[in-house]
Amino acid sequence: MDKKDYKNVFVFAEQREGVIQPVALELLGKARDLADALGEKVVAMLLGEGIKDQAQMLIEFGADEVIVVDAPELKDFLSEQYSQAVGQIILDRKPSIVLYGATTIGRDLAPRIASRLKTGLTADCTKLDIEPDKDGEPEFRMTRPAFGGNLMATIICPNNRPQMSTVRPGVMQKMQRQAGREGIVTEFAPKFDASKFKVKLVKTIKADKTVADISEAKILVSGGRGVHDKEGFDKLQALADVLGGQVASSRAMVDNGVMPHECQVGQTGKTVRPNLYMACGISGAIQHLAGMEESDFIIAINKDKFAPIFSVADLGIVGDLHKIVPMLTERIKKELEK
Amino acid sequence: MNIIVCVKQVPDTTVVKIDPVKGTLIREGVPSIMNPDDKGGLELALRLKDQFGANVTVISMGPPQADVMLREALAMGADRAILLSDRKFAGADTLATSYALSGLCRVLDYDLIIAGRQAIDGDTAQVGPELAEHLDLPQITYVADAKVLDNGHLQVDKENEDGIQVLEVEGKCLLTVLASAFDARYMSVSGIMEAYDKEVEVWSADKIDVEEGKLGLAGSPTKVFKSFPKAMKAPGEVHEVTPEEAVELIVNQLKVKHII
Repeated sequence: MDKKDYKNVFVFAEQREGVIQPVALELLGKARDLADALGEKVVAMLLGEGIKDQAQMLIEFGADEVIVVDAPELKDFLSEQYSQAVGQIILDRKPSIVLYGATTIGRDLAPRIASRLKTGLTADCTKLDIEPDKDGEPEFRMTRPAFGGNLMATIICPNNRPQMSTVRPGVMQKMQRQAGREGIVTEFAPKFDASKFKVKLVKTIKADKTVADISEAKILVSGGRGVHDKEGFDKLQALADVLGGQVASSRAMVDNGVMPHECQVGQTGKTVRPNLYMACGISGAIQHLAGMEESDFIIAINKDKFAPIFSVADLGIVGDLHKIVPMLTERIKKELEK
Repeated sequence: MNIIVCVKQVPDTTVVKIDPVKGTLIREGVPSIMNPDDKGGLELALRLKDQFGANVTVISMGPPQADVMLREALAMGADRAILLSDRKFAGADTLATSYALSGLCRVLDYDLIIAGRQAIDGDTAQVGPELAEHLDLPQITYVADAKVLDNGHLQVDKENEDGIQVLEVEGKCLLTVLASAFDARYMSVSGIMEAYDKEVEVWSADKIDVEEGKLGLAGSPTKVFKSFPKAMKAPGEVHEVTPEEAVELIVNQLKVKHII
């Protein structure tokens, strides 16, 4: 294999039920930086059925080219169908880098492809850079948390191509959309081997989505063990309501059944970076900090002045949230009425 | 039915600490445990064994100390335990690890392979799907439930961000399982007694179906360039004040940040 044959930064543009996922746009933003540093192009792979009209949006968020695979086999995500299509695109086009979202789809598909193509894959990256190696050649460096977020590791893939990574949703910044930005749309027709389609979709059961996605929220009022119970979270909800935000939770309050898993912030929950994160009664285990420390502004209220949450807070208050939060809610109501 | 369950011994990362001076992991005093998702996978295998009768073989790759974890698996109800342990496997990334495991699976009889979704030390979730591909097996990841249908096919609930996909698979396959879906049983007293009569088989690389050059560090496309403790941002001010003063401080900051 000659590394020089491999060029361009590819992004798997994940769609679900025809809707391009936010992580796809975040990946395009990052791919743009990487491709510019390498002097290469950004190419999005868009797979599905009846999705071709979405290609222009990917161009406006940074793609130079969109490879569309429009096939009934790809209507729903199934590992083998998608692996055949993506695998064939990569063999045909020889990208230097391929990025996938670290979603249930990306983390199913990417390792399957890595094993098929016998190349390296780095999971759940939070930082991607191009830096000169010891010979001054550009090197792709992938950084990710390890040991439950206790340690960071930077991984390289020096001799195999493409270099691949899955990237944690909510971490990379998408580009400002450039309406009318120009690019190429290419159609690709894979040769499917249907004899390998051993898994059939029986049905899809949608989860009750009464809870809005916390990773999209601009303001989060988040509670931990110190909130105690459902009544405690009602106080947080009242504050979130006056601020126009949402309520989130630490793992402790999900494990004990007070809050649903969709609300969980942290290593095993969601990564969030809102404009304001108010941590109420959260001590700040490293797994929790991993999910929220990139927030623009962090306010922490905790009774224990040694709580680790204060190490990442911009404003820390040692005190009783059960007194402070209701008073704060009333006070903000008055401010907003002025 | 013959079921292979892949398990890994991991440090309990919820109690791992970092040496603040050297920036390295403090491993001393950190207990080694069976990886939680793998334990969920073993539980699924044992439930299938309870219902339909099955032969459950647990396999692992790691240092000789991992036999303690395999004994736990035997005491929970597994029938056979094999530990792949050889210096030739050292330094393996997920591709080389899954390749070594595939070499072991190829010399065993199986109808179903179960692995955990991911290990809590690496958190990659890659070894399962990579193993499936090496063996040319269909895979279903993020498994929350599985049962055998009357026609012998497996029906599996796969969890995703939107809910659940119900999937049906014919023939051999590999599942990766969520710990949260399968509360693992405890070792029974009789199980513990029996486990000590059973042998944990320790196998070296020459007993499995692999090319040596694809093992360990040499067979690993990815390399660790560096590892380092997470940089903490400079903490802000911490105030010990009355609730009234706290409200003033917060409201002032929210105004400065144009949030209200």
